[in-house]
Amino acid sequence: MAEFLQFLFAGLTSGAIYALVALGFTLIYSSSHVINFAQGEFVMLGGLATVGLLAAGVPLLPAALLAIVLTAAAGIALEKLAIEPARNAAVVTLIIITIGASILLRGAAQLIWGKDYHRLPAFTGETPLEIGGATLLPQSLWVIGVTILIVLGLRWFFGRTLLGKAVLATSHNRLAAQLVGIDIGFVLLLSYGLSAALGALAGILIAPITLTSYTVGTMLGLKGFCAAIVGGLGSGAGAVVGGLVVGLAEAMATGYVSSAYKDAVAFVIILVVLVFMPSGLFGRRGTDRV
Amino acid sequence: MASRHRGLVLLAAVVLALPWFLANKFHFQVAILIGLNALVCVGLNLLIGYAGQISLGHAAFFGLGAYVPALLVDKLRWDSSLALAAGLAAVGLLAFAVARPILRLKGHYLAMATLGLGIIVAIVINRELDLTGGPDGMSVRAYRIGDLRLRGEWTWYWITGGTLVLGVWLAQNLIDSPAGRALRALHGSEVAAESLGIDVAGFKVKAFVISALYAGLAGAMTAHFLQFVTPIEAGFLRSIEFVTMVVLGGMASTLGVVVGAAILTLLPQLLTGFHDYEHLVLGAILMGMMIFLPKGLVPSLAALWTRWRAQS
Amino acid sequence: MTQRTVIAAALAAALGLAAGAAQAQGQGPIKIGSFLAVTGGASFLGDPEAKTLRLYVERINKSGGVLGRQLQLIVHDSAGDAKQAATFAKRLIEDDKVDILIGGSTTGETMAIVKMVDEAELPFLSLGGASVIVEPVKERKWVFKTPHSDRLAVQKVYVDMKARGLTAVAIIAGSGGFDQSCRKNAQELAPTMGMRVVADETYAPTDTDVTPQLTKIKNAAGVQAVLGCGFGGITSITAKNYKQLAMTQPFYFNHGVGSKQFITGAAGGAEGIRLPAAALLVAADLPDSDPQKKPALEYAAAYKAAFNEDISTFGGHALDALLIAVDAFKRAGSTDKKKVRDAIESTKGLIGVDGIFTFSAADHNGLDEASFKMVVVQNGEFRLLK
Repeated sequence: MAEFLQFLFAGLTSGAIYALVALGFTLIYSSSHVINFAQGEFVMLGGLATVGLLAAGVPLLPAALLAIVLTAAAGIALEKLAIEPARNAAVVTLIIITIGASILLRGAAQLIWGKDYHRLPAFTGETPLEIGGATLLPQSLWVIGVTILIVLGLRWFFGRTLLGKAVLATSHNRLAAQLVGIDIGFVLLLSYGLSAALGALAGILIAPITLTSYTVGTMLGLKGFCAAIVGGLGSGAGAVVGGLVVGLAEAMATGYVSSAYKDAVAFVIILVVLVFMPSGLFGRRGTDRV
Repeated sequence: MASRHRGLVLLAAVVLALPWFLANKFHFQVAILIGLNALVCVGLNLLIGYAGQISLGHAAFFGLGAYVPALLVDKLRWDSSLALAAGLAAVGLLAFAVARPILRLKGHYLAMATLGLGIIVAIVINRELDLTGGPDGMSVRAYRIGDLRLRGEWTWYWITGGTLVLGVWLAQNLIDSPAGRALRALHGSEVAAESLGIDVAGFKVKAFVISALYAGLAGAMTAHFLQFVTPIEAGFLRSIEFVTMVVLGGMASTLGVVVGAAILTLLPQLLTGFHDYEHLVLGAILMGMMIFLPKGLVPSLAALWTRWRAQS
Repeated sequence: MTQRTVIAAALAAALGLAAGAAQAQGQGPIKIGSFLAVTGGASFLGDPEAKTLRLYVERINKSGGVLGRQLQLIVHDSAGDAKQAATFAKRLIEDDKVDILIGGSTTGETMAIVKMVDEAELPFLSLGGASVIVEPVKERKWVFKTPHSDRLAVQKVYVDMKARGLTAVAIIAGSGGFDQSCRKNAQELAPTMGMRVVADETYAPTDTDVTPQLTKIKNAAGVQAVLGCGFGGITSITAKNYKQLAMTQPFYFNHGVGSKQFITGAAGGAEGIRLPAAALLVAADLPDSDPQKKPALEYAAAYKAAFNEDISTFGGHALDALLIAVDAFKRAGSTDKKKVRDAIESTKGLIGVDGIFTFSAADHNGLDEASFKMVVVQNGEFRLLK
């Protein structure tokens, strides 16, 4: 039982991390139908910028806030300078633009913060909590808690605010949204900024657990993409479920089967889910417009 | 002369003329690697450019094409040509087996599924240490035909050049056949194509398998030429590289993807002087080209050229 | 037409660049060609190696160069990719016409070019770990290497474990080449050294948590000691998770964690961990009589002054390769490739930072084992285990 609990905790922690990254994917996909392959780099930027500011003598909270603002600015710049000018390009062209952006951001981070890896101090200490013979780091609770808050926040935003509804409307039908007077350009900027800020927040939350360096974005981005797809693109709840499914499956497979193929688990799940449910667990069935 | 023949003749002429401009073995090696990457892209272009399907996992086929023959020769002492045939058969079978379920998916779901497939293959090659030598890679024996060992840049330059011209010719025949027109119709609208009685699913599968075979063949040739292979060749980044070559040069333009392959193979050699700024510059170049030339280099420049000629 | 223009332009660019690099030979600078994993997953090796080479080539040039000629260093970043390494090595040999090759941060990069240097008859000093790089020596006439073999690292660990009466070991290894080589050595050496491997777990270097793997080791029957094989951030996470799970067996790592980041990243989890490392890492603890002490301390100070970073043992491999090359040029009295190769092979008692090198026709690693020490993490510092 203690063993199972330990695997469960590990799975929940990783799952919440993937879910946080997946939410960023979802936000951008919802408004612009672009998969942003630089999403993982936002996570990296958030963590490293905080580390850099801390080293420069800024206290943790302002450093974290500043890092989130900086990353949001990077997200807005990405939309304004790269996505918007190419908005009529093919899906695969947009994919390559965001891949180019991820290479660029990684290159910049390596120049600014170097190639070493860094750790942020845990928010509330490193003493593990003991529950039923298994241990859990307090920072894991932070990650899980903030993920829940963000999901609730996004729900409120999309369901209750005019702006959120404007984003949703844009996602469903851009032309119709424009006709009813929604400023599409602003909605897109907003969703990129928000998504980047979300990524940065994730990066700061997880840095005490996973450490951070200029390369952490790649795999986190891929796993987050996995989680977003498993959940069905464009669904916030789906992203969280997707993240937890991937995280728990990895931990359980490692614990009860073998650790040799742990990093393949996420991708096996993807293939299985997509073969049986081509739009993910919560995705809308696609229909072709002729 | 039809424009497609003009392109083919041009490519053949470049292949024939190039050796006079190559000063040493290093130049030859780069030219060969360009040719081999171009071969992958010509196949991948059938899938991306003409059938409109994204694959972010084609390095898996490239990697399998490299590893399967290499292992059959190394462990079972098979004849090189027999091993190559078996390797291509394995690539083709895998592609055929996964094609139908995967190609039912659309857009980003398809991208993710192919990406997942590619990563799984790369992980297996990486983990089966006793078989493949694991992440440090394995030595590959020189390709043998009887007592003749195919070695050296000169030999491989002509093998690669010949194969590339042949590959482009085959691809263009495919594109211009009735089947190819159907393939192009797919890119326009699958529903429209289906309503005209075209077996949409069948054609997508065909394009997928053929593109996998091009990748597999190029993989085998790369491994035999360099006499070494590592799991990186099957990895996610290679897959992305191949797709980037296709899109950068110009989707649905056979010569375009050859140019795309040339640019992306040359870039690391050209950017090495930038040292720490290398990735920054590479990312900026990729973004800039795709933002300003979203249809790819060759089609965009060709359009400019036509417009310029029309004006003057 | 446009297509041809584009192709021609691309080619012209490539050729122009190449032509610029190809200079006249003779009494110009002595060219040292290097391809290293400066970026990518193996940059923990390649980055300090490249920095060290740049730093010391500059220093040697300032003090008058070698044989009255300046050294010219050409470093290419292979990003740990064997295909890139092979292409860059070809470029260094054919285009830059270098006088010696130093590089290949990883075993894979090195193995991809051993045939090439043999055909080109160019002396090559590898920085890779595996002993297969220089064995069988007959087939590696032109290849030498400076790091201690990674097999020796595992041997050292096993000897230390046995001295403490620990014979049942669990392995936790990354999936990279460096990590897997250690894991393989640990499995192969165990029966010959009276050890038993009782658990064997793997993680990916990009993992964010290894508690499931460690939990399995914790619950496996009869584990007396744990050996970690790996490098980079994930090793710090492993040490942290080890502490989180309150595991009590003595914990060892291979030499991949021999940098200060490992200790700071592990947030106290590294305390008490033992590892084998070149004496360089604990130079301050060496007795003054140790010939290693002075050069190692000097290197550490110079590196810190130039880059504001602590040394890792990996940069030391590159420094030793450079010292061996320079020594060989001097003794050969020229850059004639055959003479330089023979000079390297007859290197005797050269004091590097990794140890004392004595090459021979039968040994192209040439490093004495005495300079490979067992080290323990104490109060956040690497200390010599006495």
